[in-house]
Amino acid sequence: MKLHLSRRYRFSASHRLHSEHFGEEENQRIYGKCNNPYGHGHNYVVEVAVSGPVDPSTGMIANLADLDAFVEREVIDPLDHKYLNEEIAEFQRHVPTTENICIEIFNRLSRFPRAKLERVRVEETGLNSFEYAGEPGGATHER
Amino acid sequence: MVYLTRKMEFSASHLYHNPAFSAEENRRVFGKCNNPHGHGHNYVLEVTVAGEPDPATGMVLDLKELKEIMQREISDRMDHRFLNYEVPELAGQIPTCENIAAVIWRLLEPKITRGHLNRVRLYETPDLFVDCYGDGNSKGASGRALGQAPGRAGEAR
Repeated sequence: MKLHLSRRYRFSASHRLHSEHFGEEENQRIYGKCNNPYGHGHNYVVEVAVSGPVDPSTGMIANLADLDAFVEREVIDPLDHKYLNEEIAEFQRHVPTTENICIEIFNRLSRFPRAKLERVRVEETGLNSFEYAGEPGGATHER
Repeated sequence: MVYLTRKMEFSASHLYHNPAFSAEENRRVFGKCNNPHGHGHNYVLEVTVAGEPDPATGMVLDLKELKEIMQREISDRMDHRFLNYEVPELAGQIPTCENIAAVIWRLLEPKITRGHLNRVRLYETPDLFVDCYGDGNSKGASGRALGQAPGRAGEAR
């Protein structure tokens, strides 16, 4: 049998959906309200799934204290209460859609040393969510 | 293939303690969960069965039957129990969400008479859950005996 341990985290941030590939009018048409030049924000929920053997001495795949500290350092601290477009290098190059946020969080967490990262799921609101499980063969996403 | 999921809640107490560790090591590894008096959770269990609907009934597995199996095998064993002392299937294991989910998988799998058990998801809290999947190997990663040295350090969970 295979076990996945999942944990949910939260951060709040603002962003603006605007692509250099398009002119003003087209950006407005594609992204609608999300293209507002002042930006807007969300309460994001990040669900992180890891797998690995259960250590028989602790009954755990990974100690939650280790996972929490890693996610806090790599994702929550850097992203929480930030304007993603301006303050996160990755989103100066890529539109901070939740798809891209999902990939960025997965890449940051894939270095977790205590268990294998299986999946990252990000809820932008309670009504939409995105999942990323890496590329086949463990390749990094083409950016 | 159709996947059918039924949800159930049970409430139980537990504590994390490995007799092979010193008192100090138990506190360091398990943190608050090492409180000798135990503590409890409202567990939420989601059981997913996969299969083709029976053409005569339109059902993968009668939900009433699945409900009864979950009630008998899981709720009757675990609801309002102290998992360390009252659930023999967990004897000799730390009753973490990982180990409880694996025990639930082993209890349910042979009882599913139509379709097959696809996933057991056990929420310890809304922010912490374990998914258990079969791989045709019943000697899984979990459920081994206690006694080894701790593989990793940590504070609490």
